[in-house]
Amino acid sequence: MAATSTNPDNREAPGGPGTGKGTGSATSTTPTRRGTELVLLAFATVVVTCALTLVNLNLESQPPNQILYYGVAFLALFGLAHLAVRRWAPYADPLILPLVAFLNGLGLVLIHRIDIGNAAEAERAGDAFSPAAPSQVFYTALGLVLLALVLVFVRDHRTLAKYSYTCGLVGLVALALPAVLPSMIAPNINGAKLWIKLGPLSFQPAELAKILLLIFFASFLVSKRELFTTAGRRFLGIDLPRARDLAPVLVAWAASIGIVVLERDLGTSLLFFGIVLVMIYIATERAVWIAIGLSLFAAGCLAAYSLFGHVQQRVDAWLNPMTSDSGYQLSEALFGMATGGIGGSGLGGGRPAIVPYAKNDFILAAAAEELGLLGLAALLLVYLLLTARGLRAALAVRDSFGKLLAGGLGFAMLLQVFVIAGGVTGLIPLTGLTTPFLAAGGSSLVGNYVLVGLLLRISDASRRPQQPSKPQPQQPPIAEAHTELVERPR
Amino acid sequence: MSELVIQLTRAGFLALLWLFVLVALRVVRSDLQSASGLRMSVPGAGKKSGKQSRPKTKSPRQLVVTEGALSGTRITLEGRPIMIGRADDSTLVLDDDYASTRHAKLSIRGQDWYVEDLGSTNGTYLDRTKVTGPTKVPLGAPIKIGKTVIELRS
Repeated sequence: MAATSTNPDNREAPGGPGTGKGTGSATSTTPTRRGTELVLLAFATVVVTCALTLVNLNLESQPPNQILYYGVAFLALFGLAHLAVRRWAPYADPLILPLVAFLNGLGLVLIHRIDIGNAAEAERAGDAFSPAAPSQVFYTALGLVLLALVLVFVRDHRTLAKYSYTCGLVGLVALALPAVLPSMIAPNINGAKLWIKLGPLSFQPAELAKILLLIFFASFLVSKRELFTTAGRRFLGIDLPRARDLAPVLVAWAASIGIVVLERDLGTSLLFFGIVLVMIYIATERAVWIAIGLSLFAAGCLAAYSLFGHVQQRVDAWLNPMTSDSGYQLSEALFGMATGGIGGSGLGGGRPAIVPYAKNDFILAAAAEELGLLGLAALLLVYLLLTARGLRAALAVRDSFGKLLAGGLGFAMLLQVFVIAGGVTGLIPLTGLTTPFLAAGGSSLVGNYVLVGLLLRISDASRRPQQPSKPQPQQPPIAEAHTELVERPR
Repeated sequence: MSELVIQLTRAGFLALLWLFVLVALRVVRSDLQSASGLRMSVPGAGKKSGKQSRPKTKSPRQLVVTEGALSGTRITLEGRPIMIGRADDSTLVLDDDYASTRHAKLSIRGQDWYVEDLGSTNGTYLDRTKVTGPTKVPLGAPIKIGKTVIELRS
């Protein structure tokens, strides 16, 4: 509790503005709460360092004196991000960055822990083995740099609305790119055609497409809101929209079916369609769109199930994990979670590395095995808090585009967590989405950092006190802003 | 390592995880209080400022959007005039076909807030009457601008 009591100075000063003269400048009375952010970041570092210490104590893999060094490096990395936020988004939400640091740090520890397990197995089998943790550290740093760049270049989230159609086009192309490219550049990895491989680099353009399409939809829905609220015929007490207004939803639906067919990826398809639905719902406040979307979704699921073998395989593995041929991964994960029980086996005490792809798709299963139900619940709660902060920014921001974008960004993260957690625990068929910030995977991590950068920017706009009555005359030309600000960090 | 130490660290780490969550929740709570425009009920500070703010409790402290696309938005009133319209530099930016670029202005004179129409196409309505000149806004009276309705609250 010491962590919270150290920062009373960040709270709003009593007897502030709002009455009578209101002479005090707004900056002195509205708390930026950056101190709270720093304290929470330090706390997250403590948690992560403790986790690493426990892993190393239980597995006796590394001399303990290195751990302190790792902890300091972690704090320094996020400290730089904190400085970037302090400089370019001083009123941003104080919780978002620490929560992300917490998730990312625990993810790194879990990946490191699974690396150790995999290395032992590879040694037994005599295979070569390369750990995933170092590259994950690299992508964390890259993601934080991109987050800072988002804060530097996107000074006002409303400028993004101007590029909405460009974003939409680029997003669609990026989404479709792996499907149309020859398999030399876009190889088929584990049955999904999602990656683009250029030499040693490989990335999933869908992660970038997700954010670009979110920007496009937010802007599109702000300008075409009327289209979705015009009532059509009344049927069974429900106001159905007119048939021609269904076109955007149908296009989104067709695109997600296309992803399933061409890229064989259920997760991205589900995520994409879910985001469209929720954004239409946020924009129109009409539940009938959810109903229409869900019935379209159900029809699409049935069609995909009866037509495609890889969908049938997934469903079979979900319904009969113990007997199905492809259910090995899920059944091992279920055994692992059952071993963990309520309190878990302790970090380093379980055997999460038995599950294939434990550090990508099944990192939540690894967390559940070693931290138990209690630890998993804490992780999920942190995700919920992160989404809640996104929705909070959406509520508080003063323009509709920002509202839709922040709501969509927040929801996209939660939907991703739901799809993968549901898949890992056997609630819904398993799909290939990554757990945001936790799982090993460069594109996902970097993409999610860009997403968080946008959320920070919008929350900064929503908490920033109003501008003085004489508005800023003009924004400096972008070219100038570039040269001035690129030089600054580090 | 002994079994006891392992069990203790296991429980201790879970407690640490939850402590982090609880601390984060505490920040959310304090944020809710300050964002809603309520003063923090800090015992010592409350007494000091209590005398000052008591007679002024009737004066509006925030502007709340009750209807329209922005409904739920709150703006804390700080004595500066509030510009409403579609212009990007407005305090409340409306994306509404029925609102003008510079639609209306709320400003304070003495203790009272006045609404003023800035020559909008579709007019500003205070409690169903069209606003022609600067008009005093009582607490809780709906101001209708295009499809948006705002209210002043204490």
